[in-house]
Amino acid sequence: MEKSDSQKIPQPVGENVQRIDALEKVTGSAVFGDDIQFGPGLLHARIKRSPHPHALIKKIDGSKALALPGVKAVVTGEGFDGYLGLYLQDRHIFATDRVRYVGDPVAGVAATTEEIAEKALDLIDVEYEVLPAVFDPEYGATPEAPLLHPDLKNYAVANFIFPKADTNISNHFRIRKGDTSSAWAQCAAVVEHKYRVPHIQHVPIETHVAVARVDDRGKITLWGSSQSPFAQRNLIAKALHISQSDVEVIAPYVGGGFGCKAGVSMEALAVAIAMKVRGRPVKLLLTREEEFHTAFVRQGVVAYFKMGCDKDGKILAMENRYYWDGGAYTEYGVNITRASGYSGTGPYRVPNVSVDSFCVYTNHPVGGPMRGFGMPEMHAGLEQCVDELAHAIKMDPAEIRLRNCVRGGDIILTGMKMHPTGLSECIQKAREAIHWDEVHPASGPNKRRGKGMAIMWKAPAMSPNAGSSAWVEMNEDGTATVGLGGQEIGQGTFTVMAQIAAGTLGIPFENVRIARPVDTDYSPYEWQTVASRLTWSMGNAVMAAAKDAKRQILEVVAEAWKENIDDLDIVNGNVISYKTEESISLQDITIYGMPRENFNGWIGGPIVGRGKFMPTYVTGLDPETGQGERSVVHYTTGAQAVEVEVDLETGRVEVIKAVAAFDVGKAINPKLVKAQMEGGLVQGLSTAFFETLRLKDGVVINPSFVDYRIATSSDAPADIESIIVETAQDDGPFGARGIGEHSLVPTVPAVANAIYAATGVRVGAPPFSAEKVFLALMEAGLVKGV
Amino acid sequence: MSLHRINLKINGVAEQVDVASNTTLLQMLRDRLALTGTKNGCAAGECGACTVMLNGEPINSCMILAVECEGADLVTIEGLAKDGQLDVVQQAIIDQGGVQCGFCTPGILISARALLNRNPDPTDYEIRDALVGNLCRCTGYVPIIAAVKQAAQMQKQAAQ
Ligand code: FES
Ligand code: FES
Repeated sequence: MEKSDSQKIPQPVGENVQRIDALEKVTGSAVFGDDIQFGPGLLHARIKRSPHPHALIKKIDGSKALALPGVKAVVTGEGFDGYLGLYLQDRHIFATDRVRYVGDPVAGVAATTEEIAEKALDLIDVEYEVLPAVFDPEYGATPEAPLLHPDLKNYAVANFIFPKADTNISNHFRIRKGDTSSAWAQCAAVVEHKYRVPHIQHVPIETHVAVARVDDRGKITLWGSSQSPFAQRNLIAKALHISQSDVEVIAPYVGGGFGCKAGVSMEALAVAIAMKVRGRPVKLLLTREEEFHTAFVRQGVVAYFKMGCDKDGKILAMENRYYWDGGAYTEYGVNITRASGYSGTGPYRVPNVSVDSFCVYTNHPVGGPMRGFGMPEMHAGLEQCVDELAHAIKMDPAEIRLRNCVRGGDIILTGMKMHPTGLSECIQKAREAIHWDEVHPASGPNKRRGKGMAIMWKAPAMSPNAGSSAWVEMNEDGTATVGLGGQEIGQGTFTVMAQIAAGTLGIPFENVRIARPVDTDYSPYEWQTVASRLTWSMGNAVMAAAKDAKRQILEVVAEAWKENIDDLDIVNGNVISYKTEESISLQDITIYGMPRENFNGWIGGPIVGRGKFMPTYVTGLDPETGQGERSVVHYTTGAQAVEVEVDLETGRVEVIKAVAAFDVGKAINPKLVKAQMEGGLVQGLSTAFFETLRLKDGVVINPSFVDYRIATSSDAPADIESIIVETAQDDGPFGARGIGEHSLVPTVPAVANAIYAATGVRVGAPPFSAEKVFLALMEAGLVKGV
Repeated sequence: MSLHRINLKINGVAEQVDVASNTTLLQMLRDRLALTGTKNGCAAGECGACTVMLNGEPINSCMILAVECEGADLVTIEGLAKDGQLDVVQQAIIDQGGVQCGFCTPGILISARALLNRNPDPTDYEIRDALVGNLCRCTGYVPIIAAVKQAAQMQKQAAQ
């Protein structure tokens, strides 16, 4: 028997095993938040919300509502003086003295039916004193703007966030590297642009839902559609001034998250209401309209770029400024500002850099994390500017990217040394797959074809010490149950974790189960399901736990067989000896142990392996220059290329072919990796062509699927090619790093660059609706007005 | 509000339910019968997550009142597999990787089954057209469209 090479990737890692949750999801038996049955004791909650973007609350009178038969509680901010917030605690559960956006919760009702609860809302009297509002982040950052959070200087804040007291700027992140001012003179071309990227929304098909129950001891149980059971436990406990261990969050399958179900948004409302009706479960299910009005939004941004290159296309300097429209509360958004700051040059090696990224309070809906975490918004303009630079010096746009893209060993804008990355390989592969150098004829006389490319990078944006933990418990039948705290939100993480556990333990994939639902009382700690960090971080924890379990098993067998542990291994669910070729099934021995000779006593006992992972090496950055040794854990990089056909008569843009190539370190499950690339790309196309959360005086004026259009089955391109590049991550499980968010980051600028290649017209900020494209074509004189 | 007694067949089983006149079919399925495989994504006829087959036709169950279903023959996602045997559309969507979060999946599968019932050999265009009312935010539709094609093939082969 051959001893297995420890460097070898064990089965089923790298294989396209079937999703572990597939069967229950196709039969309708998978349980989502709103599917859990609570019986007739269930109460229904509705929320009274502010109709004003900015106002002082003068009086709230809920007495008439409380008198309505069926109403069990009317709850306001009274008694809830604590603050919520992930990086900056700037938000009460209910607005107390002041409302800051249309939809800000001011009171909640629990009643026996939804209809009664809804009716009760009309009976709550709220008196407001309307204040002037801020709807533009650049204006909000000026001293003239009304102050939205006079208490900003007193808020608790993470040590890497820098609010400016007595302004609306809740974070200012700066990079100063080299000397931009003297660099411009050496440039053969300089491009300067401003883009205003609109707010959009996540639009999971499952809206937010939370059910809370508080028992007589005060213990809170919260069921919900959640990407962040542990962060919710932590933040809600803090806001209520109670112990984290008195909050239990149970998180069934999530019907789409994309960031909006991370942190705490509406969940604390259900808890606060449930505290007033002890013993009764209280359900708060957002309507679709409410979801559009009040769930996290992707922040709008006003972005300024200035960049220049020499005649050989070497980028010499960038001076970029981002004004993020953080909305009414920026507890989470402040870190999007930071992320777009420390990644503010895009994936390029630039010697002279100045970046300013501001998070600004406005009276818009609350900005939160969304797939890409600032990167799609930033790359939208940045990658169009790089394209323009290329054209300005008559260089192929793919070539300028190849010449300047980050490579392993480069010093990036923060002073960090870049790890090995396959970005140039991604560019090459995308270029080949789209047949970059071929010219394809358009399908009609009034149509134009063109190809565009954009590249990207993104690092997991998180607390520097965000941790993961896991356990692997063996069962009588030789199967293993993996305990973890990260969430299955569609990305396939339960499957990937089972693959890592099976491969590490040496048992078949079918013999691994995932302990679910995640329950903070029973599951091991996990920071949050965000930042494309699970495959890497939780994967490391699961791998460590499986290794620990394996070691415990082999120790038992080594002692029973009187062999050296190094001669033993687990292969296909059996412990084998490479020396004696003896073999024993894992069945029973991982629970009951093994007898000594002649049953003279026993060895071992139930096997539970434990593992953890926490990055320990991320350093702080200088607040003035943004310089430091290690700004982030790592970057995932990639490229997309698209071929479009623009109809000059209608402005309609058709995507003929789209190619995505990303460096994922190691694809644990290539099929799932490609699913992320493909799904993200179509979501990116949806933002490129259709999506804007339309805000008028702070009011969302398109809060339905009819008015807020997302891509449908008729919009998906017929031809998508996904390419996996693998440059191993030094501290990733089997070399893996994340891919969930990245696939959406370069799509908008790739499309914009393709439209330019087809027509010679720059369309600027998305969405590139037919109307917008048509008007741009008309302005450029390509078509005559009708 | 007065209750109405309705009789109907759900997944081949006779049911009798007392419902209020304003109860939607979706509410009756989810809240009264605990058939929670059918999802609520908007309750406004805009997302297709609540799609069920009513007398063979795919409909948004949030847009129809339960009382209108007297005597109806209803198929929900729970009724698609027969005796533990997956319907070809279910098997194909697994094979093609057309399931991510799974929230749109029940509605999509019902729409796909209804399409193949009326058109066993649909073109790419006909598939896209049949699914246009079923929003999916995760998959990008490509593997779902491929799954319907595969299911049509499987169905054809099984019939031979
Ligand atoms: S829930 Fe019926 S169409 Fe959306
Ligand atoms: S799989 Fe998530 S909405 Fe379709």
